[in-house]
Amino acid sequence: MAGLVYDVVVIGGGPAGLAAAIKTTEYGLKTLVLEQGEKLGGITLQCIHPGFGIHYFKEDLTGPEFIYRFIKKIESLGVEYYTNAYVESIEYRSIMEKKISVIMPGRVLDITTKTIIYTTGARERHRYEINIPGANVSGVYTAGEAQAMMDLWGVMPGKRVVIVGSGDVGLIMARRFALEGARVEAVIEILPYPGGLTRNIVQCLKDYNIPLYLSHAVVEIKGRKRVEKVVVAKVNENLEPIPGTEREIECDTVVIAAGLIPQVRLLEKLGVPIDPATRGPIVNDYLETSIPGIFVAGNALVINDFVDYAVEQGEQAADGARLFIENKGIHTRKWRRIVKGRNIRLAVPHYVSGDKDVVLYARVKWPEDNVWFRIPETGRKLFMPKVRPAEMIRYVLAKDDILKTTDKITLEVSGQ
Amino acid sequence: MTRVVRKVLCIVCPRGCEVKVVIEGGEIKSIEGNACPRGAEYAVTEVRSPKRVLMSVVKCRDGDLPVVSVKTDKPIPKDKLLEVSKYLANIEVKAPVEIGDIIVENVLGLGANIVATRPCRKQK
Amino acid sequence: MGKTRVLIIGAGITGLSIARVLSMYENLDVVVVEKEPDVGWGATKANTAIIHPCHEEDPDKHPLRAKLCLEGHDLWYKWTKELDIPVKWPGELIVATNDEEASALKHYLSLGMRNGVAGVRIVDKEELAALEPNVNPNAIAGLWAPTAGQMSPWEAAVALAENSVSNGARILFETEVKRVVVREKKVVGVETNNGFIEADMVINAAGIHADEISRSAGIDEFTIFPRRGEYVIYDEDVDIKVKRIVHTAPTPKTKGVYVTTTLEGNLLIGPTAEDLPIDAKEEKSTTRNGIKYILEAAKKILKTIPPRTKIIRMFAGLRPEPSTGSFIIKFYEEPWGFINVAGIRSPGLTAAPAIAYYVRDMIAERTSLVEKRKWNPIRRGIKRISRMNQDEKARIVKENPRYGRIICLCKEVSEAEIIEAIKRMKAIGVKTITLDGIKFRTHAMFGRCQGSFCRLRIALLISREQDIPLWKVSFKGSGSEYGVGEVKEVFKEV
Repeated sequence: MAGLVYDVVVIGGGPAGLAAAIKTTEYGLKTLVLEQGEKLGGITLQCIHPGFGIHYFKEDLTGPEFIYRFIKKIESLGVEYYTNAYVESIEYRSIMEKKISVIMPGRVLDITTKTIIYTTGARERHRYEINIPGANVSGVYTAGEAQAMMDLWGVMPGKRVVIVGSGDVGLIMARRFALEGARVEAVIEILPYPGGLTRNIVQCLKDYNIPLYLSHAVVEIKGRKRVEKVVVAKVNENLEPIPGTEREIECDTVVIAAGLIPQVRLLEKLGVPIDPATRGPIVNDYLETSIPGIFVAGNALVINDFVDYAVEQGEQAADGARLFIENKGIHTRKWRRIVKGRNIRLAVPHYVSGDKDVVLYARVKWPEDNVWFRIPETGRKLFMPKVRPAEMIRYVLAKDDILKTTDKITLEVSGQ
Repeated sequence: MTRVVRKVLCIVCPRGCEVKVVIEGGEIKSIEGNACPRGAEYAVTEVRSPKRVLMSVVKCRDGDLPVVSVKTDKPIPKDKLLEVSKYLANIEVKAPVEIGDIIVENVLGLGANIVATRPCRKQK
Repeated sequence: MGKTRVLIIGAGITGLSIARVLSMYENLDVVVVEKEPDVGWGATKANTAIIHPCHEEDPDKHPLRAKLCLEGHDLWYKWTKELDIPVKWPGELIVATNDEEASALKHYLSLGMRNGVAGVRIVDKEELAALEPNVNPNAIAGLWAPTAGQMSPWEAAVALAENSVSNGARILFETEVKRVVVREKKVVGVETNNGFIEADMVINAAGIHADEISRSAGIDEFTIFPRRGEYVIYDEDVDIKVKRIVHTAPTPKTKGVYVTTTLEGNLLIGPTAEDLPIDAKEEKSTTRNGIKYILEAAKKILKTIPPRTKIIRMFAGLRPEPSTGSFIIKFYEEPWGFINVAGIRSPGLTAAPAIAYYVRDMIAERTSLVEKRKWNPIRRGIKRISRMNQDEKARIVKENPRYGRIICLCKEVSEAEIIEAIKRMKAIGVKTITLDGIKFRTHAMFGRCQGSFCRLRIALLISREQDIPLWKVSFKGSGSEYGVGEVKEVFKEV
C-alpha cells in the first residue's frame, strides 16, 4: 500500500488531464492519472459531434476522434493510469507531499505526490437547481445523461423533446435528437439572448426548424409516470415568470442544459478558495490554487467553450507542476491581481506573475457589438465586432506588458 | 429581374459573420460581410446547396459498447441528413472497429462514406 | 393445524409494522399485498421523518392517537436498534416569534404534561439560541422537547419488510386489491389484479386508499382526503444546518413548517398542508406557491435560509387525512375478520409500532396466538463503504472488489451496495427492480448531482442483473421507463 510516490498525480482523465499528463511525462516527471470512469477520455467520449480540435490540431474532429489522439499518446508514452479510481480525499502534508486516498475495484490506495493537477471537469445543473417544480416523473434528463444514453449506450431517451437552456450543450442535443428522428418541440432560454455560439444556433436549430424561445422559462413539469407536458412562461427582467403568460407544450422528454458547474468538491474540502463567478478555484498564472502544488485545469477551473482551451490549460498546469518541482514551490513574486472592469463577468487566471506571457480567458456579462476589449494598465486594446456571454474571450497578455503594471491589471469592454 | 438578398450566418469559425449574398436572376452578384474568404465560400454553398456533416451511431455487435459513433467523411446535402440517419438504423457492424473504418461506402450514392469516430473493442 | 391467514393491504410503514408483529406468531400466515413495485411508496416515502415526542397530541380530542403516539415513540428506540434503522435523537423546538405563538407554546406544554412527555419545557430567548444557534434572533421563546427523534422512514419500511419476510411473512408486489370479498358476513379474501387471494382476516392499511377498500368490505364510515405536503432539500454544503428539529408553531391544520438536518446531512424544509380534492390521490407534484410558502415560514424561524440555487430536490407526499380526524383502528364483527387501520395521518410514523401491537391485541382477543420459538428480531442494513474507516474500507474492498467500484460519486456508493440492494429486493419479493428502489436503499442519486452522473451506471447494473434492455429499466415501474427504445427507435416505427 505504501511506496507509491509520484511527482504529479492528475485527477481526472479527460482532455485537460490527459494533456497535462502527456506534458509532465515528456518533462520526465513521474506521473499518474486517476480516472473515475471505466475508460480514459471523460465527457468527450460521448460528444460525437464535430467542433473539437479546430485550434489545437487545426482540424475539425469529433469528440472521440479528438480524445483518442491523446489516449494513444498516453499509451505510447506508457503513462501510468488507473480507471475506476475514485479519489476519496486529498491531504496536504507539506509543501512537497500530498496524500491522495483512492478506492478502486479490489484495492484501496494511499498515494503520495509532490503535485496534483486537478482536472475533474464539471457537473450539470439539474432541474431542481433551476427551480422547476412539478411532478417527479421519468423523462427528465440532464443533457449529458441524455447524450451518454444515446451515443454511448444506444438508448433513445424520448421522442418529443423540450430542451431547457440554449447553451452549446442544449443546442447540440437539440440537433442530436432531431437527427435521430425525434421531434424537438422547443428550446427554452430564460435570458433575453441565446447562451450558445451563433454557429450552433444556425446549424443546430435553424437547420431543423427548432423554435427558440428567449426570455422564457419552464415553470412546471406535468405527467403521471412520465413527462406529458411542460408549462412555459415568459419571464420579466428579474427572470421571474410573468403570471398569465403560461402555456403548455406537450412532450415526453425534458432535457436540462442549464449550465455547468466546476466539480471541485475535494478542493473545497481542502479549503481552496473558490471564485463565485467561475465557481472554480482562484488560481495564479501557473494555474496553481491557493494550496501550493495543487493545480487545476479544464472545466474544473472555468467552463470553457472549446475543448482546445481545456487542453491548453492542462498544458499550462503541467508547466506549473514542472516549475514547482524544480524550484520546490512557485516562489513568492510580485503578483498582479486581475480586476474585472466594465462588462466582464469572469476572468481566469486571477493573479499573474510577470514571468511569462499569460493566456487570459474572460467572459462578458451581456452582449455588445463594435466594442474594445481593453487593458488600461498596459495601454492595449483589441477591437471586437461582437462580444457575447456565450463566447469566451481568449487574450494573450504579453510578459512585457505585465511588467509595465504594478499591482493590478484591469480587463474591460467598452465603446472606445 | 428578381433581386434576392440572402443573409447567411457563417458557421465556419466561432466569429459568426453575417454574410449578405445578393442574387439576381439566379446568379450571385455580390457577397458582403464576411471577414475571410472561407466565409464567402461557405455562403455560396449555403445559398446553392447547403451541406452538413452527419453524426450518428450504429449498432456494434460484441463490442464493449452497444453502439459505435460515426460521421460522414464529408458534408452531405442538408436535406439528406435524416434519410442517411434513417438508413443507418439498419446497419450493424461487428467489433472490433477502429477510428476511420469505413462503415458504409458512398452512402446512398451521395459521395460520402460513413466512418467510425470511436474505436469499439471486442467484448471479453 | 390450520393457520389463520392474515392479509394486510398496503406495504407502508403501518402495514409492515403490523406484518412484523404478526410474524411473531406460529399460527398466523401473514401476506402483505402492495400495488406498487416496492415498499413504502405512499405516505411513508414523503414525510418529515420525525419520531414525535407527542406533546402536540390532545388526549381529549384524539385519545387513541395520543396513546399510540406515546407508545410508538418509545418502541422506536428498540425497533431502530433491532432493525438497524438510521436514527438520531436531536430534540425538537417549537419557535415562537410573537405573543400569540408564545401562548401556543403554553398550550403544548400543558399537553406534554398531561401526556407525560419527558423533559418538555419553555425556554427563553437565550437558551433557545444556545440549543439552536441558527434560530432567528427575533424569536422570543421556544418549547423544548428533548425526546424528539429523526429516522429514515423508507429505510424503516425496507427494514420491516426484510425482517418480516425473514420471519416467514410474504409480500406480493404489483398486486392491487380491487375489493374485499365477504361471504356470509365474513371476509374470505380479496380480489386483485392478479386474481383472488384467500384470507381469514383482512387488514386494511391502504393509506390514502383505505376508504375505498373499507367501502368494498361494506364499511362506509369515513373518507380519506389527500393532504399534500411539499418539501425542499438543500445541498450538503450549505452554511445553515440546524442541530435540532425546529418548527413554527402548529396551527389546527398542520404541525407547522419544519426545518431539520436529515440523517444524510441535508437541510430539509417542509411541509405545506394543502387539502386536495378527493380524486387527487396521485397528485404528488410540487408547486411554486407551495415551495414559496415553506421557504417563507422557514425564514421566520431561522437566521437566514440558504440560496434557492442550493435546492437539490423538491418532493411532495400525500398524507391520508381521515374525515373523522382520528385514527380508525377497528376489528369488525361484521364482516368478521375485517380490520381497518385507516386515517393514519401524522403522527402515524411515530405510532406505527404501537399500532401494530394494538392490532395484534385485537386479533388475540379473538384467536389465541402462539409465539414462534425462533422469531428473529434482528435485521442488519447494507454495509455502506462511505461510513467505514480506512482500515475497514481496505478490508472490505479486498474481500469484495465491487466495494471498490464507486458508482455514485456524490454519496460514495459502491457497486457492491447496489448489487446487495438488488439481491435484497428480490429476497422480499420485488419483481421490478426500480431506480427509486435502489435510490432509497443505497442513497445513490441522493446527492447534489441527483443522479446525472450515476443514474445511467445504476440503470446498467439493473439491466445486467435483471437481464432486460437498458431502456426498459424504470424509475417507478411500468410507464416510467428510462428510455423509449434503442437509439434508432423512431425510424423503426416509420
